[in-house]
Amino acid sequence: MTTVEERPHTGFGRTLRKEDVRLVRGKGNYVDDVRLPGMLHGALLRSPYAHAKILSIDTSAAEAAPGVKAVITGETLKGLGLAWMPTLSYDTQAVLATDKVRFQGQEVAFVIAEDHYAARDAVELIDVDYEPLPAVVDAKKALEADAPVIRDDKEDQTTNHIFDWEAGDAAKTDEVFANAEVVVEQDVLYPRVHPAPLETCGSVADMDPVTGKLTLYTTSQAPHAHRTVYALVAGLPEHKIRVISPDIGGGFGNKVGIYPGYVMSIVGSIVTGKPVKWVEDRAEHLMSTAFARDYHMRGEIAATKDGKILGLRVKVIADHGAFNATAQPTKFPAGFFHVFTGSYDLEAAHCTVTGVYTNKAPGGVAYACSFRITEAVYLVERMVDVLAYELKADPAELRMKNLLKPDQFPYTTQTGWEYDSGNYPKALQLAMDMAGYDALRKEQAEKRERGELMGIGVAFFTEAVGAGPRKHMDILGLGMADGAELRIHPTGKAVLRISVKTQGQGHETTFAQIVGNELGLPTADIEVVHGDTDQTPFGLGTYGSRSTPVSGAATALVARKIRDKARIVASAMLEVSPDDLEWAGDRWHVKGDPEQGKTIQEIALAAHSTLELPEGVEGHLDATTVYNPPNLTYPFGAYICVVDVDPGTGAVKVRRFIAVDDCGVRINPMIVEGQVHGGLADGVGMALMQVMAFDEEGNHLGASFMDYLLPTALECPSWELGETVTPSPHHPIGAKGVGESATVGSPCAVVNAVMDALKPYGVRHADMPLTPAAVWEAMQGRPIRTDLAIP
Amino acid sequence: MQVPAPFTYERATSVEHAIALLGQLGPEARVVAGGHSLIPMMKLRLARPEALVDINDLGGELSQIRVDADMLVIGALARHADLLASAVAGEHFKIFHDAEKVIADPVVRNFGTVGGSLCQADPAEDLSAVFAAVDGVAVLRGPDGVRQVRVRELHVGPYETVLEPDELMLELRVPIRPGGGSAYEKVERRVGDYPVAAAGAAVWLDGDTVREVGIGLTAVGAEHFAAPEAEAALRGQPATEESFQAAGRVAAEHCNPSADQRGPVDYKRHLAAELTTRALRRAAARARGQEA
Repeated sequence: MTTVEERPHTGFGRTLRKEDVRLVRGKGNYVDDVRLPGMLHGALLRSPYAHAKILSIDTSAAEAAPGVKAVITGETLKGLGLAWMPTLSYDTQAVLATDKVRFQGQEVAFVIAEDHYAARDAVELIDVDYEPLPAVVDAKKALEADAPVIRDDKEDQTTNHIFDWEAGDAAKTDEVFANAEVVVEQDVLYPRVHPAPLETCGSVADMDPVTGKLTLYTTSQAPHAHRTVYALVAGLPEHKIRVISPDIGGGFGNKVGIYPGYVMSIVGSIVTGKPVKWVEDRAEHLMSTAFARDYHMRGEIAATKDGKILGLRVKVIADHGAFNATAQPTKFPAGFFHVFTGSYDLEAAHCTVTGVYTNKAPGGVAYACSFRITEAVYLVERMVDVLAYELKADPAELRMKNLLKPDQFPYTTQTGWEYDSGNYPKALQLAMDMAGYDALRKEQAEKRERGELMGIGVAFFTEAVGAGPRKHMDILGLGMADGAELRIHPTGKAVLRISVKTQGQGHETTFAQIVGNELGLPTADIEVVHGDTDQTPFGLGTYGSRSTPVSGAATALVARKIRDKARIVASAMLEVSPDDLEWAGDRWHVKGDPEQGKTIQEIALAAHSTLELPEGVEGHLDATTVYNPPNLTYPFGAYICVVDVDPGTGAVKVRRFIAVDDCGVRINPMIVEGQVHGGLADGVGMALMQVMAFDEEGNHLGASFMDYLLPTALECPSWELGETVTPSPHHPIGAKGVGESATVGSPCAVVNAVMDALKPYGVRHADMPLTPAAVWEAMQGRPIRTDLAIP
Repeated sequence: MQVPAPFTYERATSVEHAIALLGQLGPEARVVAGGHSLIPMMKLRLARPEALVDINDLGGELSQIRVDADMLVIGALARHADLLASAVAGEHFKIFHDAEKVIADPVVRNFGTVGGSLCQADPAEDLSAVFAAVDGVAVLRGPDGVRQVRVRELHVGPYETVLEPDELMLELRVPIRPGGGSAYEKVERRVGDYPVAAAGAAVWLDGDTVREVGIGLTAVGAEHFAAPEAEAALRGQPATEESFQAAGRVAAEHCNPSADQRGPVDYKRHLAAELTTRALRRAAARARGQEA
């Protein structure tokens, strides 16, 4: 039960979200709310084909249409050197197609008109002559010798191969497998899904022709990174670019990259001399923006007969779409997938990942995936259940037997991760106690006797979040450290400026609470400024659950700098040595004499006054910092899902879901629980209904919310949440980040539960989404390919 | 934002006015009531009517749900939510409440209409199967007067009905007969989704014998949303589980589902049998005064 403490509120704990005052009243300010004087409207023409040559484009009718100001094609951009742009993975992507279209929904032309309706109508008047080409739809066939080559724009690219990457010790893993008593192999698909934030992507570009300054209002999770990329790509001077990311209606990684539409609004503003708005619609969003997953995995697990897991081996074909545009640290083309050894103590592990081009939209790292940890956790947790199936072992017991023990931390995995802290058995035991695990198993046995199908799914996950240490992690050469600036005004009110950008996570509250906790200031007295590159320090943005681990640490540290400076000012006020003062949560006072003290508010006023300060101490009370995390943080959790399956229809009902999360110290437990609730709903969605499948021609079969299904309250049980708290030893406040935990951990719990229910039918594995049809076909012994058109 | 192609808009002030407007505007005009099918199709530019005739002001004439002699009468402009909330509809045909509970979501049900659903003639539409099961009759009015068409003869194909371009559906009439029970069963991927498959059944019992039966099917390619072969197989048979399963098998045999992302053909055919059986089982229990 969520309760909110009485205000005024200082420090950690449940408190109303500051941003909700505007958001729940409909007073938020989103990109599509931006209306500038003289603003024009842009609309994109998109390709109806997944793969086709462009023979010609005739824009004359569109140009002549009422209200139309300009029509821009790839040929126009070619002249400006802007037809192609770099991706976040050192590939190139067409801004507007010139030679070929490479996925259905690809950007072909851009119309600018006086209003949105005129722009949309004119888009239909553009006549494009296409020569359709065979499409590469099945990632598993992308590397076949006769597969059409998608990226013939690139010199030396003669296949659809992008990269091969590996992690772990192949020889040692082979040896462990060769000597193992039990080896089980399983093909596992994590299908292509979409983050589907309720707000689609868009931008308003305003290039001031006099000052040469570009102001870009845009749906960006990483405004600073975007500014730098625009500077590098378009040759615009960086101080003449201001990126404003106003209220964002959900991101989930979808709003990390730069889309052709953003670029076109900028080009449009330069061409017309007017502000240009571009906001895509739902179908455009689902068809063209960053997808997630699309990992075709073959897992192998090695164990002893009595269930000691020895090794894991995984081969992945990663479908990256038509342009390699995943957003992840440079050194990791498969993101953090090599954390796939999960929460277990193994002797050896090895994975290979092969990236391939297909005729689908680019993207790949999105939807709260923590840089591919979603895929990794799904793989290992499915493999553990597959092993349990073969050994006829209880999946909870098997996990308990193999989980890392508390005394093994910090623990270095077989693939090189250093897990910071954890007590895994405690979390799993708590989840089992909350679920009433033994009673559930008993109920299941009774139901099986009657032919009823009930399943209990267990999953344990370890996350790796808070990218990241700058020596290991960068995006396009930009290190992943975050700045923070804190200023205390003379009256003791504060303004915190941070680089991360909330998309609904509640940063304005959480970060104020961090400052409040460090300085004893009421949360209400701390303004959090974010989302405007002219007003905030540099940082890499919000994704990969990095805000609290990185910018949260920066915020705590910059507040501590203020506290240290306040000590000196207080010492001058009290005429004692700073060494004689001690901190009491909201004031510095003379050691042993709490009456002789000064609050931060009093100190702030003095710092701005005529008070004489010690030699070398500047006045005022402000500070800046840059935080370079020494390591990632490793939140974890134990999830148990209970489902009932209708044997006559295959329909799955999630009856219960127990989620025990350990994200270290919780700053605002209500916000943490909200994040977990959302992630669990995501997990139910992915496990049971969400997929972007494609037919043989590469037509997108999920381009609307009629076909791409988001779960509703009716598919979600009343979540049962539990917590353990294992602080991160290296984070200033011991927090670990939680934004993606539930999305990472929950799909496998649901799938494991459904597979557990189907055990009487001899079903060991079936791929997501487990729609009624997929479940029923699995029961008949003929599971379907969920990523292709159902024949 | 998705925006439709240009169109003109008229607001009818009476049934006569609506019919006159349809006559003037010609075959490319469409009636808009709740708009929850038509407007999304227009926004996707899958539908491009040149004109819309809005009949939402005709609620006084067209939205009543009442019993008239031995007929349940449902106004074409009754909202799904009205039908779901109607005690008189539920008293005589529980199938309406079964179906309305699983049609779309509350927002759509608050505005979408019964007549609009039938006239849209979507092959996965729920109420078409419901009215086929209870053998309802649609009352249509055009410039030359009123005619009645069995709902089983209303649809001529996907998104096509026998309505003339200047005809308006006024109401649906369902004969109330003693000894009846009805039920609706649907499988969907998620609440609010169109059905993977659904079946409706209405039975009238003489003791333990099925005197009369109506079976409606949707989303499985059943002609006119009905299963006449299964009805014939069951009529006069004992109202037993064996009979219902046999009827389900016949219904499955005679429908013609097509594969899509909701499922392959064999699964949908299986559902036609399974859901027909379940609907018959519940309908018969209700006819016996049991709640099942």
